[in-house]
Amino acid sequence: MSEHHEHDHAGAHAHGHGAPRNPYLDKRRNGEETAVLEARVKAIEAMLVDKGLVSTAALDRMVEIYEHDLGPMNGARVVAKAWTDPAYKARLLEDATAAIRELGFGGLQGEHLVVVENTPTVHNVVVCTLCSCYPWPVLGLPPSWYKEAPYRSRVVIDPRGVLAEFGTTLGDEVEVRVWDSSAEMRYLVLPERPAGSEGLAEDALAALVTRDAMIGVTRLPAVA
Amino acid sequence: MNGIHDMGGLTCFGPVLREENEPVFHADWERRVFALMMLTGGVLGPVDSYRYAIERMDPAKYLETTYYEHWLAALQTLVVERGVADMEKNERPLAAELVDAVVAGGVPATRAGEGPAPRFAVGDAVVAKNLNPSGHTRLPRYVRGRRGTIAALQGTHVFPDTAAHHAGEHPQPLYSVRFSARELWGPEARASDCLYIDLWDSYLEAAPR
Repeated sequence: MSEHHEHDHAGAHAHGHGAPRNPYLDKRRNGEETAVLEARVKAIEAMLVDKGLVSTAALDRMVEIYEHDLGPMNGARVVAKAWTDPAYKARLLEDATAAIRELGFGGLQGEHLVVVENTPTVHNVVVCTLCSCYPWPVLGLPPSWYKEAPYRSRVVIDPRGVLAEFGTTLGDEVEVRVWDSSAEMRYLVLPERPAGSEGLAEDALAALVTRDAMIGVTRLPAVA
Repeated sequence: MNGIHDMGGLTCFGPVLREENEPVFHADWERRVFALMMLTGGVLGPVDSYRYAIERMDPAKYLETTYYEHWLAALQTLVVERGVADMEKNERPLAAELVDAVVAGGVPATRAGEGPAPRFAVGDAVVAKNLNPSGHTRLPRYVRGRRGTIAALQGTHVFPDTAAHHAGEHPQPLYSVRFSARELWGPEARASDCLYIDLWDSYLEAAPR
């Protein structure tokens, strides 16, 4: 039970943005506010359990799955396999839902998956401007920044500026493709295989793959 | 409804704020809200209704509350609108042992063999209609009236504009549509850059030649 809701927003909030940090977006909740929210949720849970619409044990299991079982480690396995198995990569780009199901991943918020490939001349980045759509079976639940106003609003109009805040600078030769997840199609970026990773086996490659690279806000650094 | 949730293209929110090593949930109530939403779809859903309930939040509240507070607001709205308090007790809630199967099974949005045939083919020039419906829609304002190209056919999908209102699924062809950044954002945008978005058949018309 994490009482603390102390986002310390330690990330790099660099340069290049036109607007100051908006005070309405300061969403840290103090203990009193959290207690009010806990009480509201407890009341609604009690009602739904009382009506037999959900059981406490099922709620517990649902939380466990998304807190522990699903996450970017799944997407990393898909990416590593695509890097090492050209036939798999071809199937992945042709029908991502089926190819990802081969590795045992699919289901809620991954019923209709599309994989888009980064190359030296094409960089893909994924957003949901209207809400928070995200490929749960391969990435887990999204980070807060993906669901909040600054990213959702600006990555479509200024993708290079947003990417620069993540430390990603793209040259003029690169075509930036932004994917707005407006329907039930869910997008996963296949990052470029890092330089220097040539000798690595699939497991070691998977360990190099990050969530942010599969959203498309970063590229993977060369292996030292 | 033209709501505050439709924020693509706004530039007033400042930089992207990231939290290092962010946990999946920040408080226990977030865990419970998440799980409650996930397991009440049969009574409070479909997913389009959840989204529409969030879109109907007071816009100032929408901006100043956290993500799972949006979910909580939607949950409370839907519990009231569906009259849960007056429902008969259900004697057989979903067993915990079946939750994994629900998650792995998913809820496909495609309806193969239903609905009209696609009117457009890959490469066709289209315009996103200038529609301003009073209810739920997945046609963001920033593409309305803009000219794009059909990039892929995505199959036949449930139509959220009616499904959110319990007015039927009315499945339609869905397309991936490519818009150039300059078409959307004007001459300052990079000529090389573009945006892909999934749009339903009835959101589109053939582009004038």
